[in-house]
Order: sequence, then structure tokens, then C-alpha cells
Amino acid sequence: MTEHDIVVIGGGPAGMAAAVAAYDAGCRDVVILNRDSRLGGILMQCIHAGFGLHKMGKEMTGPEYAAVYEKMVKERGIKVYSETMVLSLTPDKVVTFQGRDGYQSIQAKSVILAMGCRERSRGAIGIPGDRPAGVYSAGCAQRLMNIEGFSVGKRAVILGSGDIGLIMARRMTLEGAKVEAVCELMSYSGGLTRNIVQCLEDFGIPLYLSTTVTKIHGRERLEGVTIAQVGPDRKAVEGTERFIPCDTLLLSVGLIPENEVTLTAGIEMDRVTSGALVDENRQTSIPGVFSCGNVLQVHDLVDFVSDEGEIAGVAAAKYAKGETEEGKIASVKPGEGVRYVLPQRIHTEKAQKIDLYFRVSAPLGKVKITAKSGDTVLATAVKPRVAPGEMEKITLKEELFPLQGEEITVSLEEVK
Amino acid sequence: MRNLTCIICPKGCSLTVEESAEGLSVVGNICPRGKKYAIEECTHPVRTVTSFIRVENREDTMVSVKTSAPIPKESMFEAMEKIRAAKANAPIAIGDVLLADVFGADIIATKSID
Amino acid sequence: MKDVIVIGAGVIGGLLSRELARYKLSVCLLEKANDVAAGASKANSGIIHGGYDPEPGTLKAKMNMAGVPLLYQAADELNVTYVRNGSMICAFGEKEDVTVRALYDRGITNGVEGMEILTGDEARALEPNLSEAITSVLRVPSAGIICPYGMAIAAVGNAMDNGVELKLNFEVCAIEKKDGVFTVTATNGQQVSARYLVNCAGAYSDKIAEMAGDKFFEIIPRAGEYHLLDKSQNGLVSHTIFQVPSEEGKGILVSPTAHGNILVGPTAAKVESPEHVETTEDGLAMAERLGKKSVPSLWIGSRITSFSGVRSSVSTGDFIIEESRKVPGLIHLGAIDSPGLTSAVAIAKEAVKLLANAGLELVENPDFNPRREDPRAFAKMSPEEKNAYIQVHPEFGRIVCRCESVSEGEMRLALRQNPPANDVDGIKRRTRGGMGRCQGGFCMPVVMRLISEERGIPMEEVTKNGKSSKFLNGKL
Repeated sequence: MTEHDIVVIGGGPAGMAAAVAAYDAGCRDVVILNRDSRLGGILMQCIHAGFGLHKMGKEMTGPEYAAVYEKMVKERGIKVYSETMVLSLTPDKVVTFQGRDGYQSIQAKSVILAMGCRERSRGAIGIPGDRPAGVYSAGCAQRLMNIEGFSVGKRAVILGSGDIGLIMARRMTLEGAKVEAVCELMSYSGGLTRNIVQCLEDFGIPLYLSTTVTKIHGRERLEGVTIAQVGPDRKAVEGTERFIPCDTLLLSVGLIPENEVTLTAGIEMDRVTSGALVDENRQTSIPGVFSCGNVLQVHDLVDFVSDEGEIAGVAAAKYAKGETEEGKIASVKPGEGVRYVLPQRIHTEKAQKIDLYFRVSAPLGKVKITAKSGDTVLATAVKPRVAPGEMEKITLKEELFPLQGEEITVSLEEVK
Repeated sequence: MRNLTCIICPKGCSLTVEESAEGLSVVGNICPRGKKYAIEECTHPVRTVTSFIRVENREDTMVSVKTSAPIPKESMFEAMEKIRAAKANAPIAIGDVLLADVFGADIIATKSID
Repeated sequence: MKDVIVIGAGVIGGLLSRELARYKLSVCLLEKANDVAAGASKANSGIIHGGYDPEPGTLKAKMNMAGVPLLYQAADELNVTYVRNGSMICAFGEKEDVTVRALYDRGITNGVEGMEILTGDEARALEPNLSEAITSVLRVPSAGIICPYGMAIAAVGNAMDNGVELKLNFEVCAIEKKDGVFTVTATNGQQVSARYLVNCAGAYSDKIAEMAGDKFFEIIPRAGEYHLLDKSQNGLVSHTIFQVPSEEGKGILVSPTAHGNILVGPTAAKVESPEHVETTEDGLAMAERLGKKSVPSLWIGSRITSFSGVRSSVSTGDFIIEESRKVPGLIHLGAIDSPGLTSAVAIAKEAVKLLANAGLELVENPDFNPRREDPRAFAKMSPEEKNAYIQVHPEFGRIVCRCESVSEGEMRLALRQNPPANDVDGIKRRTRGGMGRCQGGFCMPVVMRLISEERGIPMEEVTKNGKSSKFLNGKL
């Protein structure tokens, strides 16, 4: 068994940002265990523009954004194990992995979890019908097109209006396919408004809200799908079924953090985010194990993924040097109108600025967001509109500390 | 009057463009980029196009590309045809021009290929 | 000319071919699909039944009882994953308590050993997630779970290793018997001839019988829908949990699988033809509802997929294992529904006897090797052994399917070892690659690339399961 100060699991945007930040915080012995042959993770197949506006101040494509961090990793001489799959993590931070070099273990001082997320499959949502070829998760189709260079079909229906689904609607259209419709189970889109405009409206692709695919037809290759409107119970309304002939069905029906390695260590999880429970340093229930990026919470913007990676990286470097965060802790809970808040706990004694990231439960117009500890208002913000598809944040300023109380809530109310 | 959703950044501001004797005026934007977008969208809408080009001297390898500047929206499909017909050879660095002057922009690499 | 043609490369045809390979015979196994185990063998409960269920005196009772030890032995020789986990048949209320006792008595008559009747509380002490509404339970410790397609694949593979010829995409459309020789013609024009013919065509065994001029039974296809839950649910139950038979069939089971998932199903619905293997909203809802009747904490949110399989039943309810009364030399192994998998080796051995009675000369093949190289050998190695193996075979280090930890080396092996996989589903069934929680979302492009390389075909020709089930529509 070899030893390293910091092991970063994952070579996507979160892992790269974490490794670079840890290095710059003074920890020189950092290794990245990367599943792919090249750094960048899923960004490498996201060839569309729209990345980096916050972090880089300009609009970049996925591979360009990844290249910025890849360069920083290389410049620092951070060791990267490629085509390497982590199989397990123990509570005392032994990382076991498999790659072309063998089946090995590393004893780490700090571990940063940055494994990303996966797409929910057809099987998971249980669409009835046949099981032909031509039913893809949107990301799988994206890889087949953008990395492998193939057309996946001529006539498509897309289920789910998350950003990947919207981006793929445009991508397939530009490559000559006919996208018949994007169907969304909810009464609102899960994607960014700008993507509805530039991916659907630009091409006249209809978006059917409160609509789902109720049956898949075709024994060998997909021949069509039945779509139907759904009621408030999200069940199909009888009499609204409609058959759409198509050879391709893309599913963009949700992302799930890939926490299988996290679970092998017995780390405490948040049932809502499906990620680990963390403090403001993104430290999990096991001291010295940190989590960031889509494995912690599914983000909409890579810029925030990088920010989160940096927080985890800096904290992991401190931990590896023996500096641990002490003091009282308060839990952070979602209040009215809020689905979850992250971090789920914060240290309350040391003066520091803490951003609380959260998602709302339902789309609303103008809202006032309030962070409170008991009856004490810590911070407020007003937003012209909010939606579950867009992550929000509210900042606890440094001068508020030390905080009183053991529970902080973030809630929102509509402003008339 | 025309209602638009700004596509410049993820905020997606709702914009209203009014036409008057003094020209176009924009409300709803929270930054100057929004105003520029709204006026462009009403006069000559433009879009960035991204795709890939096959790398001839590397097996099963694609290099992702984009237009170096937004091109006229109505020319997107024609631009795609030009990109599809193009060929590239490695090594390629990010920013290399792989196809020049496509509706006023260059087609540049967004990925490096060793 | 062959000695024997076997039609249908499911678990019955596969194990029969393997039994025939014990003798100096030339055997040809015909399969209409692009892979073996493509019918009922790929989509069933995978249960090794204890033997309490069949009516005493029936072929089902006889084959089930003879089949259990034979199947365990074959599984050991062929390295097929199984677990002897035992089953529980649950009664909900006094009326069903009576049925549990009747099943116990029937089991005793059939010769089932080790059975016991437990109270609901005793059963819940062993299986804490069982419903409070369960009043009594018949526990059958000899029952088990096995990978059904794994069994069929391994049986065919071992038969091929011992000289049996497999012809895929051979869809039989005509059977002619002339001068004591059967000539079987496929839709693609291919022909094979032999002196003996065995019909193991599953849901199509009535059609094959008809082609051979011996239509005397009709298969009534009944579809069964299942949910398969993620491995994170492992431990929900350890026994296979049945409900006592009711109007809704033998009842929905909740069971671990041999690979550590949880299986919920099957429903039972008559369908027009065996092609009807689609899932339905009603069927999936029913499987969930009845599964929760036994195990209320069952969480459907952990589902990774759902599927449907077709049983080949006949009105008499028993197996058909006999030589044709009209066409000498033709053996029917038809209507092999539950407990067909449990009985499979026994049925295969019975069929060899029937062939011998029909005049087939059996001379032992001294070179016959009953063992098959273990395709999961790498997965079973210790960390040190794995490390050493990867140093020599680095392709075993590169994991392609992250959900099930399947390496490139194991996938390439599945494309080379008998019977070699030809398509994405074939890789999935042999290696479990793509069978995990992401359902191939990440690894499918890599799997396609491996098939393309190993088969020497372009990516666009790679299929899900043969014929026109292609994934790609040309290069961009």
C-alpha cells in the first residue's frame, strides 16, 4: 500500500478544481484517480457553449472549460491515474482501486469525493412497453454523437426537459434529425429558460408540459412512443394518449449522485440530495473525507461545481496538515418553500463568510428569502423569480459570527 | 413591442423591446449585455454554433469546434453543412482555426488533440 | 448429416445438447435468435423449486424432485451462480393456513425433505421485513435461486466445447422427414439434416410440432412482468418469498437473485403470442402491489429495470416429454413452464433415454469434459491475485461497467468464449456489464466498440439483440 496526503476520486470539474486548490493551499502530495483516459469528465462531451460565465467571465464550451483546469493540474505536476476505477473507501481512508496498472490501495490523509452523477434510466422510471434499441439516456446519446461521431437516429422524442435533454434536442436538429417533441412530466421545465429559448424555440420544437411517455413500441428498433397528458397526481389522463412515430427516445429524467464509493465507507447521507451530509468545508461525517460537485448535489452550472471543489480542496489540505475545524455546530434546515439547503451543518464560532446553496420546492414569482436562527434574521434576499431547476444561494456574512442557536433555517415567502 | 428571454447568461431575464421614433428601447435587463442581446435579436439575431470535425490522422477521433463569434441565426444549418464537410489533422490546439470565414466567423477547435 | 438436431437453445435445449455431448454423436443446436437463452430462459424467476407444488404423480413432480440435485451438480460443474437460500410460502389468514398445510402434505408425498411450517411470528424472526398480515409459512430449505440465462449460456458453451455445433439466426420454417432423415430448413434458406430431432422450442414448440406433422398440443403463452431492484436493496429478504397460490396465479414472489438484486414478480396474463414481451402499466402496478403485500417495506424507487417473460403452458398443466406418436425419431420437450428450470437437467436426461428407446445408439465419449472454464474467475480472485493477473493482462484492470465492476478483459472473454456473445444484450447476460443501476448509460458506447473490434464489424452494425435492433444511424 502506498501513501498520499490527498486522494481525489474523480477527474471531472469538481475533482480538478479540488486538486488544484489543495495544491495551492500548500499540500503538494495530491493524486487524482480518474475513470476516463482524459481529464474533464462529462464536460468533454458537452461541446456546446454556456460554461464559465461566472467563473471565467466569458462563455466557453465544455472541453474549453475543462482545458483550463487540465492545464492547472499539469502545471502543478499533480499525479493522475487514468482509466482507474475506485472500488471502495474505508472509514480510515484507505482507497482501493483498479486500473491497467493493477489492483491497489492508497492510505490517504484526506480524501475528496468527486465522482459526479449518473442519469436516471428508463428502467428506473418504469416506462411500460417493449425494449427495443433506440432508447438512450440523453448523455449516452450525447457521447455517441460528440465523442464517437455517430448519428443515433432520424426522428426523436425527448422525455424530460432538463438541460441535457434541451441541449440534445438542438444538437440532433442541427445534425439533421427531426425532434418531434420534448415531453415534461412536471408543469414546468427543469431546464434553464435560456436553453428553452435557444434549443427549442429557435427550431420550433414543441415542449409539452404535464406530459409523459406511457408506452414504448417496437420489437427491434424503436418504432414510436405513446405520449399522454398527466393529471396533478402525475398519472396519465385517459383519452389524451397520442402515438408519435420515432426511432429514437432520449431520456433526460434526472441525475443521481454516484455515491456507491461513499456508501462503502458508511458516510452519513442526505435523503433529499442523495449526497453526503457536509459542513461548510464540504467535510462529510468522516473527518478528512470531503465531497464536492455533482456527487454532493446535482448542480446546473459547472461554475458552482468548481467553487465547491475549491472549498473542499482547501479544507482537505488543511486537514492533511493536521488543522481541524473545532467548535460548536449548528444544523441548517430547509424551511417553507425550500427543498434542501447545503451545507447541512456549519461551524458557528469562527468568523467566516458562508454561502448557503439551496433549491426551491416549486416555481414562484418574486420571493423574499430569509435565513434565520431561531427568531433572529441572519440574511435576506429578494429574487424576481425562482424555479427548482435553478440553484440559489444566500450568504451569511462574516460579521454575523459567532452565531447563536443550534438550528438555522432557510425559507422563502412570495412578495406581492 | 416584443417580449424576449435573454439567453446571454443563466439568469434568463425577461426583456421587453419597444420601438419608437428614437429607435429600440429595452426594459427588464439587469446588465448591458441584455440590452445588446435584445436589440441584436430584433435586428439581426445571431447564435454560436458548436459541432465537431473528424480528425483524419487519428482513428475514431473527433475534435469539437465552435464558431469564433456568433453567426447569423438563419445561417446555422448552412454553417453545419460546411463544418460537416471539413477535415482536420492532429496535432490540434484549442483555438486553432480549422475552417476560415464561415458567415463572418472562423471555425475553431475547442479541444486539443495530441 | 448429423445424428441429432436440437431446436431451441434455451436452458432445455442447452442442457440436452450437453447431455448428448457425453456420447459419440454429432449434434446440431438450432436457435432462431442472435443469441442463446433468448426466450423464457432469459426472463423468469430463476427459482430452484423445492418440489412441494406439483400434483403428485405428474411429470412435473417427478422431474422437479429428480431435477434439484442434478441442477445443483450441473451448476457446480458449469460455474453458474446459485444460492441455496430456501423459500417461504406465505399464508394470509385462516383459509390460506389450510393451503399451507396441504402444500406441506403434498411436499411430503413428493418426497421433499426438511420442510417446516412456521407461525407468522417465527417467519418474521427469520425475515423481519415480512408483512404482519402473514399468519403461517411453509419453509422449504432445499429451494434455491440460480441465474437462469447463466445456466443456458454455460450449458450451450460446455456442449460446444465438447463438439456440439450451434447455429444462430436459424429460424426454422420447414421440417421434412424422408427415408428416416429429418431435413430442417430455415427462413434464410439454410438446411440441416439428422436422423433424430428434438423439439425444445419453448413457446414455439407447438409450431415446431406442427411443422413436423405432429400437431397435438397448443401453447398458451402467459406473460409475467417483473421489477428488478438495485443491489442496495440486498437483504430486504433472504428467502424467496411466495404467496400461497390464489386466483391471481401462483402468486407474486419477492426474492433475492443469484446476483444480489431483488426480484419482484411475476404477474400472469394470457397474451396473443409469445412475441408479447412488453411490460404494461397494469402489470407493473400489480407486481408492485402484490410484492408489497408480502414485504410492505419494498421500495419501488430502487428499481433498476422491469421486464416481461412468457411462459409456455398447455391446458393439461403438465410437461410434454415424449417421443412423437406419429413421427418416429421426433422427441417433444414442450410446455416446459414452472418448474422447468429446476427440472431442466432431469428433463435433458429423460430425453436422452427417449432417444435411446427410439433407436439412437449411445457410445460414451471418453473426451467429454463436464466442466466449463469459469468466465467469472477474475471477479472471484483475491485482491493480490487480481493485481498479479492485471500485470499480465492489463485489459482486466480497465473497468468498463462501473455499476457492476466489469472489466474490458471480462467483456472480451465473453466475446470469445463459447457461446460467444454477438450483441450488447449478449455481453450483458454473460458479464452483467450494463445490467446495473445506470443500465448501460455510461458503458454502452464502449461495449459497442468492443463488439465492433472483436467481431470485425463497423460500429453501425452492432445490435442490441440481432436483426434490425441497431443503435446507430451512420457516421456524422
